[in-house]
Amino acid sequence: MKKIIATLILLVFTFYTYNTIKGFRFGHDFLNAKTNNKKISQKIEPAGKHYLENNKLENNASNVVTSIVVSYRGFDTLGEVTVLFLAATGLGVILTLTKKEDDDENENDSSEGEPSLIVKTASRILFPLIFIFGAYVFIHGHLTPGGGFQGGTIIASAYLMMFLSYSNFKINHSIFKSIESMSGLTFISIGLVGLIGFGIFLKLNLIPMGVFNTLFSAGLIPIVYIIVGFKVGSELTAVVDSYRENW
Amino acid sequence: MVLMLLQIFLLILMLIAAIFTVAYKDLMNSVIVSGFISLGASLLFYFLQAPDVALTEAAIGTGLTTYIFVVTIRKTERMEK
Repeated sequence: MKKIIATLILLVFTFYTYNTIKGFRFGHDFLNAKTNNKKISQKIEPAGKHYLENNKLENNASNVVTSIVVSYRGFDTLGEVTVLFLAATGLGVILTLTKKEDDDENENDSSEGEPSLIVKTASRILFPLIFIFGAYVFIHGHLTPGGGFQGGTIIASAYLMMFLSYSNFKINHSIFKSIESMSGLTFISIGLVGLIGFGIFLKLNLIPMGVFNTLFSAGLIPIVYIIVGFKVGSELTAVVDSYRENW
Repeated sequence: MVLMLLQIFLLILMLIAAIFTVAYKDLMNSVIVSGFISLGASLLFYFLQAPDVALTEAAIGTGLTTYIFVVTIRKTERMEK
């Protein structure tokens, strides 16, 4: 009986999903293609076209995705940063509460499962390279694909690799927390300067816009993304570390 | 055409990995196989010209999520009842 109900629900779900997406071709370029379906092309074009055509004039950033995330949808980015901050804080609170209860259990199983010398040496060599790659991704967020969130997660995964290969690898929690809070505060204050002075949250041309397609371009976008990169990187590293301490 | 075939191959691979994720009784195997879904999704995003999303998916889906699931399994039970 249960299986029949599950199959029926799955069939209904499949039917509606198929009906929703059957007009879209998989991986299709809607902006430049001549689609037969007029409804879809009218629906998608206006906002996307505006971003593509006016991006160079308004934001001077060669990566359009970045200028959408930071400039056109800057307020959404504030929401994302807040959500991540709340999630990390909540996880930290829950994990520290549970840690106090079974503190003596953890000391017994800390020495088991030490990785081999090859893993240790390889991760010691790879760690700075991955770290620099993450920094590159968020510093060049306005020029190449990627940005603050991506760079931050890459840095966090570099730390994750170190945690996995060295069981006694420790990070200073207070430094990470202060980096996180300071970068969050700077992000909000940069946004508020634009909001109070000019009526636009995250106004980008507070500083000179620079030359298109160079490192010093796009106004505040690189600075905002460096801040977001620091914030996300330290946040996720702290999350992973507080998880690891409860093994 | 080759790209299209590659995308179809990746989608089928992801589907198989998803089925195995549900089917495995050993939860550690499930977590590792579900990491493959994220890897396939990341490659697929790259082929669909969304490298930003591909970077995020590769780092979060394959790395951090798998790690958090592994730690959770270590804390709880490994075998599904």
